[in-house]
Amino acid sequence: MSDAMKNTAIVKSGLKKRYLKEKIFKSAGIVSIAIAFMFLLVLLTDVITKAIPAFTQTQLTLTVTLDAEDLELNQESSIEDIMAADFRQPIREALRARFDGVTKRNDKKQLYSLVSIGAEYQLRDLVLADPALIGQSITVDFIADDDVDAVIKNAIDRSLPESDRRVKDLKLSWIESMEASGEISTAFNWLFFSAGDSREPELAGIKGAILGSFYTLLVTLALSFPVAVAAAIYLEEFAPKNRFIDFIEININNLAAVPSIVFGLLGLAVFINFFSMPRSAPLIGGIVLSLMTLPTIIIASRSAIKAVPPSLREAALGLGASKMQTVFHHVLPAALPGILTGTIIGMAQALGETAPLLMIGMVAFIVDIPQSIGDPSTVLPIQVFLWADAPERGFLEKTSAAILVLLVFLISMNAIAIKLRKKFEKKW
Amino acid sequence: MKKFKLTAALALLSAGSVWAAGRDYISIVGSSTVYPFSTVVAERFGKSTTFKTPKIESTGTGGGMKLFCKGVGVDSPDITNASRRIKETELTMCHENGVKDVVEVLIGFDGIVMANDIKSHDFALTRKDIFLALAKQIPAEKDGELKANPYTMWNEINPSLPAIKIEVLGPPPTSGTRDAFVELAMEGGCKKFDWIKDLKKSDKSAYKSLCHTIREDGAYIEAGENDNLIIQKLQKNPNALGIFGFSFLDQNADLVKAATVDAAEPEFESIASGEYPVSRPLYFYVKKAHVSQIPGMAEFLKEFTSKKAMGDEGYLTDKGLIPLDEDKFNQVVKDSKELNPMSF
Repeated sequence: MSDAMKNTAIVKSGLKKRYLKEKIFKSAGIVSIAIAFMFLLVLLTDVITKAIPAFTQTQLTLTVTLDAEDLELNQESSIEDIMAADFRQPIREALRARFDGVTKRNDKKQLYSLVSIGAEYQLRDLVLADPALIGQSITVDFIADDDVDAVIKNAIDRSLPESDRRVKDLKLSWIESMEASGEISTAFNWLFFSAGDSREPELAGIKGAILGSFYTLLVTLALSFPVAVAAAIYLEEFAPKNRFIDFIEININNLAAVPSIVFGLLGLAVFINFFSMPRSAPLIGGIVLSLMTLPTIIIASRSAIKAVPPSLREAALGLGASKMQTVFHHVLPAALPGILTGTIIGMAQALGETAPLLMIGMVAFIVDIPQSIGDPSTVLPIQVFLWADAPERGFLEKTSAAILVLLVFLISMNAIAIKLRKKFEKKW
Repeated sequence: MKKFKLTAALALLSAGSVWAAGRDYISIVGSSTVYPFSTVVAERFGKSTTFKTPKIESTGTGGGMKLFCKGVGVDSPDITNASRRIKETELTMCHENGVKDVVEVLIGFDGIVMANDIKSHDFALTRKDIFLALAKQIPAEKDGELKANPYTMWNEINPSLPAIKIEVLGPPPTSGTRDAFVELAMEGGCKKFDWIKDLKKSDKSAYKSLCHTIREDGAYIEAGENDNLIIQKLQKNPNALGIFGFSFLDQNADLVKAATVDAAEPEFESIASGEYPVSRPLYFYVKKAHVSQIPGMAEFLKEFTSKKAMGDEGYLTDKGLIPLDEDKFNQVVKDSKELNPMSF
């Protein structure tokens, strides 16, 4: 038997074992992916099923009479007069007219609490928009109280004994009566996307947090992108190779691993205490988060620049381009997809960050929608945190809905990053 | 890109000018226990007036005091919420930093409850039971001697309690609820031993460490600051008791039921009258110097101290605040109207 034949025999005898090893490795990979996928699925189904009720809102249809005398208003009333008028009365009258014979003080209180406290402002805004309504009878879909909402959405079990139920029999009978006559309807909850925070679950919206996140990220991007790209270009293309530059490199890599709360403390000490900038503003939030995203973008940009083949640089230099021209006309455009991907991932990280913002006062109850980067505001993940801590049951669904909105933003940002990479990626 | 840079620059400029011009909204910091009440008033105030809605940060009582006492001026908060009375040292710190006149407003009371799953056993506890169940060390047979807490079952402490394992879910040491619970329930039970009561006079720090130290052998489980989470966990584990604020019991009366403490049910009336022993006062503190500086301060104070808000049928009681009795209420309204500064 020749040597070659012998080798073949050895290979053949070990073949089975090698195939087996490959199979085990492959199946281990599949199992781990399956586990990760399963966790993701559990998380998403949990969040989505809890969040769905938040996107609808129960409404009560009532016909209210805007009596000019009772409201002390007329067609020519000024905005201040309308603001000061008591719009609770017409709603209360409408409720009393709907359910006769409620006389006891406590029962009346129960009756009035069928509609949200936001209902009076709803009515006021209608009158502000059209003062001609004064003196007329109008039919309005009022926002229902969160307890009514919970009953309609079956979050409160109607079959429980009265003592264990948050909504008592009397109130439940009113709700069921209105339900039977079609005066209770559910509609898409536009308010959730157009209002700021509120202590009433039925009035709470996420617009303030979305805009807060937007302004914060705007500041972060405006600060960190130019600085990080400039730093990456300098370190990759211009910096001499010496100890000092090595030291800086090590520090940038370390900075990427610093816990984010440390940046919050820095922000508190430097920007708020030393420069006395305003607390809770997206301006400071943005500055603090840009410190955090800087190293991420620098590292991503450097590896993107490094991946540009040297032949490109040599060709440009050979044709007489200066170093600066070479970098900005040839290297940078070729590296841009990688840089942008890194930037978007850094931004997505900043969007989900809460810890550093704790320190600079962005964990706050803010109802007014921020108009600029100097206004007090909060951000999406902090809104999730605040709602998760609220005692009212209605906030449970709002919390999940806010998580969902945050996830949608994160997923779309990551999708854009992938799309950009796919689109501009060049094979060398 | 150019356009974007321009807008970014403009935005920065406008922000700068806003912050130089001062502040046109009220800034409130402080206790996370008062936060749910303070926010309700702020929201209504913002909606029903032309002033901006106050900004409320939940920093904890101690953190709020630090920020509040930093000085006078638009970059420091106007009001701080507290789930305990301001300490003398804190007031001195305020004075040293130029915050001369501080107005104290007592808004009401908050009860702390121990509750379990609604389908589970009924608990009738005394503060002594609570202390014996949760303290790290308890008195041994002889006066003045201590032993490590040996109890694992409730009925070992008191035969009338159910025969289930001692398992209590409660807040971590950073929480104000925990401070109050330890002070009111644990210390309250601890004092029932005569020799320990005497110890308070002779060695205060030993007394405190004995009465305030919670066991660490797994019977007390730190469940985080989030009270909703504790309620969820109670439903999964019917044998466990949870510690949280009265407003959470009020909102979740269909899921959990509270243990009685010293034969008093944690209810509205019993907490207000002081019959239920584990309750604490809630305050907020106002910088007098800011009332004329920040638009809307006087009106906000008026809204907060109105009958409509913190009266015994006000909207804050719907959120679980235990209101003041009439005399105290009238006093508070008078003091806050006249802005009478407090002192010790």
